[in-house]
Formats: sequence, structure tokens, C-alpha cells
Amino acid sequence: MRIELEKRRNVSKLFGFVSPLLALLLTLSAGAIMFLFLGKAPLDSLYALLVEPLFDPWSLNELARKAGPLILIAVGLSVCYRSNNWNIGAEGQYSVGAIFGSIIPVYFYGWSSPMVLPLMLLMGAIGGGLFAAIPALLKTHFNTNEILTSLMLTYMAQLLLDWITRGPWRNPDGHGFYGTRDFTPDQTLPPIWDDAISAHWGFIFAVIAAILIWFMMRYTLKGFEVVVLGHSERAGRFAGFSPKKMVWFAFILSGALAGLAGISEVSGSVGHLQPDISPGYGFTAIIVAYLGRLNPLGIIASGLVLALTYIGGEAAQLSIGVSEKVTRVFQGFLLFFVLSCDTLITYQIRIVWSRVRRKAGATA
Amino acid sequence: MTFFEAVLLTIITASTPLVIAAIGELVTERSGVLNLGVEGMVIIGSVSAFVAAQMSGSAYVGLLAGVGGGAIFSLLFSFLTLTLVANQVATGLALTIIGLGASGMIGEAYVGVPGVRLLPLEIPVLSDIPYIGNILFKQDIIFYLSIVLVVAVNWYLFHTRSGLKMRAIGDSHSSAHALGINVIRTRYLAIMFGGACAGLAGAQLSLIYTPQWTENMSGGRGWIALALVVFASWRPWRILAGGYLFGAVTILQLHAQAFGIGIPAQFLSMLPYAATVVVLIIISHNRRATLVNTPASLGKTFVPDR
Repeated sequence: MRIELEKRRNVSKLFGFVSPLLALLLTLSAGAIMFLFLGKAPLDSLYALLVEPLFDPWSLNELARKAGPLILIAVGLSVCYRSNNWNIGAEGQYSVGAIFGSIIPVYFYGWSSPMVLPLMLLMGAIGGGLFAAIPALLKTHFNTNEILTSLMLTYMAQLLLDWITRGPWRNPDGHGFYGTRDFTPDQTLPPIWDDAISAHWGFIFAVIAAILIWFMMRYTLKGFEVVVLGHSERAGRFAGFSPKKMVWFAFILSGALAGLAGISEVSGSVGHLQPDISPGYGFTAIIVAYLGRLNPLGIIASGLVLALTYIGGEAAQLSIGVSEKVTRVFQGFLLFFVLSCDTLITYQIRIVWSRVRRKAGATA
Repeated sequence: MTFFEAVLLTIITASTPLVIAAIGELVTERSGVLNLGVEGMVIIGSVSAFVAAQMSGSAYVGLLAGVGGGAIFSLLFSFLTLTLVANQVATGLALTIIGLGASGMIGEAYVGVPGVRLLPLEIPVLSDIPYIGNILFKQDIIFYLSIVLVVAVNWYLFHTRSGLKMRAIGDSHSSAHALGINVIRTRYLAIMFGGACAGLAGAQLSLIYTPQWTENMSGGRGWIALALVVFASWRPWRILAGGYLFGAVTILQLHAQAFGIGIPAQFLSMLPYAATVVVLIIISHNRRATLVNTPASLGKTFVPDR
């Protein structure tokens, strides 16, 4: 038996839409099999993991809280990936954004002004952008592989965050807890709608960013530049686009969005800076970007799906007694199936049973 | 045993997994495939080795399970990138994500359980040589394997017909295909070799380096192995040099932490990662020299035309 691929004449619009759904379906099946192996009732477990959380208003807010950073980071990554720049260090840019954004609450704790919060968010974006500029600089000037450098910098950023929250920025009145002082109301990202929607503004930022980037990619020259350079650097150069400038643009944009996600999370959800501020958002966002087919609007939907796996995982721990690590396995499955199903968009798959090669091509 | 000998021994133990994982990835990349899932394959190797050793009570069964676990796990990557021509970068990341998740789930029941240690094998006569005998010939089997692997890979790639074919595929898969070389099959085997090596490296971590299971115990070593391949500019001998350089940095920063030289521990822990970045800069900035050695088809997908 052999699997043969045949290129479609045109990219299939139908499968562009169907493939993420098919991937979801396959992930559910794989998940069911996994639960069977773990000795749990498959359907009940899937229900507890992915459906039950939707009926709880608290969970819906939690969904928005978790989807916010995922979407924000993934939208930036989509621009990177479409331009063929492989930033996989979003987790580090997120952490550095959180550190930069916390400079104001740490050093100007008593400062009360409506300007505090916008400045914090701006600082967060600058921090993330600057940190992402390092792999961009290394790629453009020293020809280093951005995948490896951005990842190494992530490990370093996490150690930096660990040091700063246990060392110089540690709250002396923290009673053995590591982290800065709690942020004041001025320094806290408010809920979207007081009591009715308690999720913070991070989610709104994410949706706005997604729409803006979608507009940029679809209707502006910059978006065209991203796509052309991503497809072929040579073609881009003929069009007068600079591949180097694109590296800077893609990295700084995605870094700034990751940094904004970091400070939003710290200010809106955590309430202070501490060593542990992310359940791997920067890496999960890679899955979000792909499941959304690198389209900002698709990413809003896929961000919600991945956020659901996070809160579902927490809930399933209590209700069916499986480890929250199920979440990460689920997310891994999802990315795998997304990548497999994407083949259907450009290729037709044919399973050949005989070992003899087809001769049809020779006569045609 | 002197203090100096003890430090050298720990450096060897820290370097061995890096060398093994890197030599496997080197073969994969020589065939033109960039597998970024090394970190995932290493951790799957660790958990398979640990669990198998627990169940059987034998560290050698664990070792085999680690190799097998890594090799089988790599098939996921091969199927996606070779048969379904998925993007290699994204698929490699997926392999890492799924490996870290699945190993955490499998190993959860084994956290805190004391592991089965793989004991050293003394080589008679040679281990009596003063100074180097203690260091080089009272090692565990995985260390000996790491050296054998480097020698064997170098011989295979540069002194056999099959190795020449593999390098040809890595440099131009279309030309190799036109010559009648089976590109897909060779790549499946090369990726599987890379997976087996990564699994062996993982087994070393959970059977020798720290004989226990902790989540994420690979700690970025798979990624450092990837950087080592670039550092070595795809030449097997240089993997040995690079691996020991990184091993030394890792161990020396640990000793510096223990001595308390006034630098915060976190900054010392950053050293191996910082060293990776610095080394990448030094190696890569000469664009022409890099291009000469890089397999020209590296990372490109291949669809055989009919």
C-alpha cells in the first residue's frame, strides 16, 4: 500500500474551511481513544473536558481570560509565519513584556493617574518588541537561525523573570511568597463590564488586534509584502521589498503583541508580577495560529477552542480525575491533525494498493 | 579520585546526551530533513526508559525502551512531513509539544519514585591506565556508544556508497530522485535514526544523569543539540567538540552556583543558553562558509513527480 499525492489545479477553498474542522474531529476521536486507554468513559470524559465548561458563566469569563493572550500572541505569530520568519520565542517576549510593564508599578508604586495603565501597556509592548528585536538583529546581521535564538532567549527570559521576582523586586512583606507587591486599582486592567463580564480588557485588545491585522493582511500593501516575501524572497526583492526590513517588522510586531499579552495578563489576571505567569501561552499560541490557518479572524475562533482545552483540563481534573496534562496532549494532537489535514488543501490523496506503478501518466 | 577527575566525569555525563542527540539529528539533516522535534523525542526517550526500567527492574531494558520509544515517536514526524508533505518546522514543533505533554502524563505516576541506575562497565586493563583510565574506561555503556556513534556516522556518511547517496539526497532531492535513489525511504530511515539517538539521549538522562523522573527533565537539551548541528556545520567530529564544550559550560556553572561566587544562580543557569546564542553567531556570520556546508535541500518538502 502506498499513499500518493497529486497536486490540485487550484487550492481547494472547500478544504480550506473543512480541514480545521476535520482536524478537530480527528482530535476528538484520538482523545476518546486516549481516555479509553486511561480507563475512563470516552464520551463522558470528552463532555466534561470540552462541553461542560461552556454552561458556567464563570467559565465563560475564564474562557475570555485565557483566549485573550492566546489570540494576541497568535495573531502576531501569523504575520511572522506568513512572512517565513520563525519566531518561536513568544513565551519569552511575553515574560519580558510583563517585566517591562511592571516597571511603573514597582518603581512608581504611589503614582496615581489615569495615565498609569496606558503607560504600563505601552511599556509591555515595547519590552516584548525589543526582546523580539534580538533574534531579528541576529538574523539580519549575523545570519543566525531565528528558531534557535528565539527559543534560547525564551529560556533566558524565564530565568530573568525568576530572578527579578525572587530577588530585587520581591515584596518584602510577601510572607514567603515570591513576587512584587499587589498592583493598585490604577495599575489593574479593569473588567470589560463591571460585574456582568468580569473578564479583563485583554480579550478586547486581542479581538481589536486580530481585526487590525486582518485588515492589514487583506487590504494593504504591507500585507501583500508579507505574503510575497513569505512565498519567495526572490520575487519579493524584484518587487522592491526588503527581506531584512520584513524580518524586523515581523519580529517586532509579534514581540510587541506578545509583550502586551504579558502585561495584560499580569495586570488583569494575576495582580502582581510573579515567577509563574503563563501556562505556556507562547507555545500554545503556535497551535492557535495554525489551527486558525494563519488567518487573524480564524485565530479568534481557534484561540477560543484552545482556551477551552485549558479550562476543560482544569475542570476534568476534578470531575473525572484525569491529570491536567491531558490538556497538553490534546493540544499536541490538535496541531498534528491540523498539519495533516492541511495537505488536503493543496493535494489530492490517493491510496494505491498495488505495488505496480501506474502507467497512465506515460500514455497521456 | 581527585576533585579534578570528579569534575571531568560529570562533564562527560552532561555532554554525552548532547553528543548523542546531535549526532542523530546530524544524520537526519544530512538527508535534507530539519526535525525540530528533538526535544520531544528526547523526553519521550526519558520517560520510556524510566518506566520500562521500573517495570522490568533492569536498566538495560530501559535503555532499549528509550531507543525504541524515540524511534517510534519519530515516525509521527516522518509520516506527516514525508508522506503528507506537511511543513517541517511546524511539524517539528508539534512533535515537541506532544512529546512534552505525553511524557508528563505517562510519567505522572512515577514522580518521586527512585529510579534504576545504569551501572558503569569497567573495561579491563584499559581502566588501570593512570589518570585517563578512571575517566574514560569506567564509564557506562551509553558513553561508549556515543563515541562509537560519532565514529560510525562519520564513516557511514563519508566512506560508504549509501552515505554518499544520503548526502546527495540532502543536497538535491530532485536530482537524487532522478538518479533513481529512493528519497522518501532514505529519509524515513534517517529520521528514525535521529529519533533512536534522541531516545538514547533521553534514556541517559533518566537512567544515569539523574536516575528519576521529573517533568520536562530534558530542559532544552534537544534544542541545544539542534544548535550543535549548526555549530558542527554538519560534520560529525565537530559534534564531539561542541558537545563537550556545552557540557563543560553546564557543569562549570553548576559548580560556580555551589561555590556562591556572588552572581545570582539564575544568571549562571542562563550560561548554556547564552553560549548557544554566541556560538550560533560566531558560526553563522560567515554566510559563505555556512552555505557550503548546509545541506541544500534542508527543510524543503519533496513530492516525487511521476
